[in-house]
Amino acid sequence: MDVSQYLEIFIEETKEHLQSLNEQLLVLEKEPDNKETINEIFRAAHSLKGMAGTMGYKRMQKLTHDMENVFQEIRNEKMKVSSTLVDGLFRGLDALEEYLDNIVNNQDEGTNDNQDIIDLFQKELQAGLNGTAAPAAPAAAEPAAAATATASAAATDAQELLNSFTLTEAEKNMINKARAQEQKAYIVRINIQDTCVLKAARAFLVFKAIESVGETIKSMPDAQAIEDEKFDFSFSVVVTSKKTMEEVQAAVMNVSEVKSVDIALIDETKCETKEIAEQTEQAAQAATGTAAAAQTKAPATTSKKPVVNRSVRVDIDKLDDLMNLVSELIIAKNGLVSISPADLVRDEKNSSFRDQVEYLERITTNIHQSVMKVRMVPIESVVNRFPRMIRDLSKKLDKKMELYMSGEETELDRTVIDEIGDPLQHILRNAADHGLESNEERIKAGKPEVGSIFLSAYQEGNNVVIEVRDDGHGIDVEKVKAKAIERGTITSDQAETMSDKEIIDLLFRPSFSTAEKISDISGRGVGLDVVKTKIEALGGSVECRSVLGEGSTFIIRLPLTLAIIQSLMVVLGNEKYAIPLGSIQTIEDIPTTDIKYVEGKEVINLRGTVIPLVRLDKILDVPNAKQDQESLTVVIVAKGDKQAGLIVDDLIGQLEIVIKSIGKYINNSKMISGATILGDGEIALILDANTLV
Amino acid sequence: MADNNTVASTLDTTQYIGVIIGNEQYGIDIKYIDNIVKMQRITRVPKAQPYFYGVINIRGEIIPVMSLRVKFGLEADEFSKKTRILIVKPEQQAPVGFIVDEVREVVNLADSDIDKSSNTAEQGSFISGVGKHSKGLISLMNVAAVIAEKDKEAAI
Repeated sequence: MDVSQYLEIFIEETKEHLQSLNEQLLVLEKEPDNKETINEIFRAAHSLKGMAGTMGYKRMQKLTHDMENVFQEIRNEKMKVSSTLVDGLFRGLDALEEYLDNIVNNQDEGTNDNQDIIDLFQKELQAGLNGTAAPAAPAAAEPAAAATATASAAATDAQELLNSFTLTEAEKNMINKARAQEQKAYIVRINIQDTCVLKAARAFLVFKAIESVGETIKSMPDAQAIEDEKFDFSFSVVVTSKKTMEEVQAAVMNVSEVKSVDIALIDETKCETKEIAEQTEQAAQAATGTAAAAQTKAPATTSKKPVVNRSVRVDIDKLDDLMNLVSELIIAKNGLVSISPADLVRDEKNSSFRDQVEYLERITTNIHQSVMKVRMVPIESVVNRFPRMIRDLSKKLDKKMELYMSGEETELDRTVIDEIGDPLQHILRNAADHGLESNEERIKAGKPEVGSIFLSAYQEGNNVVIEVRDDGHGIDVEKVKAKAIERGTITSDQAETMSDKEIIDLLFRPSFSTAEKISDISGRGVGLDVVKTKIEALGGSVECRSVLGEGSTFIIRLPLTLAIIQSLMVVLGNEKYAIPLGSIQTIEDIPTTDIKYVEGKEVINLRGTVIPLVRLDKILDVPNAKQDQESLTVVIVAKGDKQAGLIVDDLIGQLEIVIKSIGKYINNSKMISGATILGDGEIALILDANTLV
Repeated sequence: MADNNTVASTLDTTQYIGVIIGNEQYGIDIKYIDNIVKMQRITRVPKAQPYFYGVINIRGEIIPVMSLRVKFGLEADEFSKKTRILIVKPEQQAPVGFIVDEVREVVNLADSDIDKSSNTAEQGSFISGVGKHSKGLISLMNVAAVIAEKDKEAAI
């Protein structure tokens, strides 16, 4: 069977299962006796195995199979969870992730058998079971169990099968008609292997197989439910066919992953006219007690499963398209608003027009918000891999530490989520490696031996704030200062005048690492500056606060979304420009007389800070800019610790704008980061304040 | 596209939109034309090439607009009622707007009507050939060459 169309689902689901395995294993490590966790792990491993098998990834299947065996024994309380075992299991997960990466990249699981890990499992199994049961035992037990299951299924009374369904008049007629053409009617119950992942696909193949030998009259549950996978591992079909019972059975058995097929001939009594049918039904009702019980049992088992999120996966491009359309709709709506005859005589027609426009306005706003929400992803999808990372770091660094996370449900735009993982990981590694002291030092300092790292996320206005805090020794400002002077980053004179905060900010400069020894966890000098660049590229900012002896906090601020930003609209001549609000600090009215000159350049002295002025109209060659005014409107923008004052003619106000590209044809100076369409259809260019500072 | 092809293959002709730039008539292969719009407000982009007048908004899409006059080394446009912006969409590339003095008609040209070896064209590489039809000669524009960046010497 061609499985490539399921590849995407497979990859997504495998990722989910691996993530859940990771999480559950972490729990298991702490609470080795937690039954629920062990069950959860077993289930995830089992599904993984089934999926890998379906997709034909043999090595992956083998490895998960061995892991599953281990879990099975743990579940049966035949062996204990040891730390070497957990280590091994984590290694197994890593190996599985490797397979998955290979599959993602070239649709092939690779050639690494990971035999050492498998051997380890076997050994653990043997050791755990004290050699009483060979590791092969569970594997052997499984087919045996399956075999008995088949046997018992086969032994199911054909009568029970017959009683398990009723036919409508129309269906009876169809069967009778078919019988007139020397066909026979059968009831077929198909039991699919419970390892099967894509049940609906299997069912589809079964229907295909049946079509090749006969005709389907009815199915239980109905076709739609089967298509939606709303059935357990078996479903029944009423078939008319010229073939014998055995031939039909064989045809269905040919479909892979079908565990067993029960078949029974539907005799005439089942298709008699109404009153007889009713009688038999009544008689059957008593008899079907067992069947009914079986039927009620099925829904009962399904209801036990956790409630599945009703969701669809959507290509991000499609969402972008939708987003664009919504933006257009807003523009069109704004156009309507602007021609709405607000100042005309208030007659009935006009007021109803206005009502409609207002209604439209409300709807578009709601649509916009909904679309934005659709694009939002909880930050959980990024941070959920960190507990595992911290655990590994803890072992590697031989420091005891614990990660506490909060606010994982905070949502960010998908585009931001995709980019934020690496910087966050870097900061966490820093905290673990440099931030926290060694166990002995902590005890000496009177702190709890186990170091704590806190990761918390929350929304603040149009920003999402992510804080990474550790209770380590904090940043030694004097040490940073000395290092900076030694490296020539600053002079000792400069160092005298710098505040502690400014010194700490030096850490974000390129090639600056104060770690005394370079480890492979962090501290190669390509650290925080990369983090800073990345976060700034996302339109965010990062800062660090630290108290010596108490710990440090890294605070990352990110815009909720990249596609839509808050901006300040300004006028230059008769052109409009947008300046992203994120880079604006203040807006000042400066009398021309306050302009000073330093090295021939215009500067102002704003509350003790000397800020260079940028005449935007000159830089942007704006025609008809206002000249010779008595006071200037200056927008103070900042990039890191540098500031600049942009002189503009006028301010329009704050506006939420949709960022669009101006394409590749035009020689774009870096000052323009894009364009946006205003309410009246006019285009305003977006200034990149970072390039002007 | 499909329709154009069938028309072209059955009649063995290609359709060109005839436009006026200066005192010359140019033909642009109809398969490149996405839209023809009236002159509208163009938002200037600072530091752009002189022949790029700026960007316009076509149904929410931001499209750069170039002046063929400036690109071809003629004097700058004087916008009139007849001025049009042709939205041209080259294969595999983003659309771009061409400002032309006037859009005339659709011209059907058979292969035999096109003189490809012609060296009468002033702008050399911008012209892929000269077509002859009932009302005179028409220079066939090489859209890819017009859009391509390299020909700085042509835009004197």
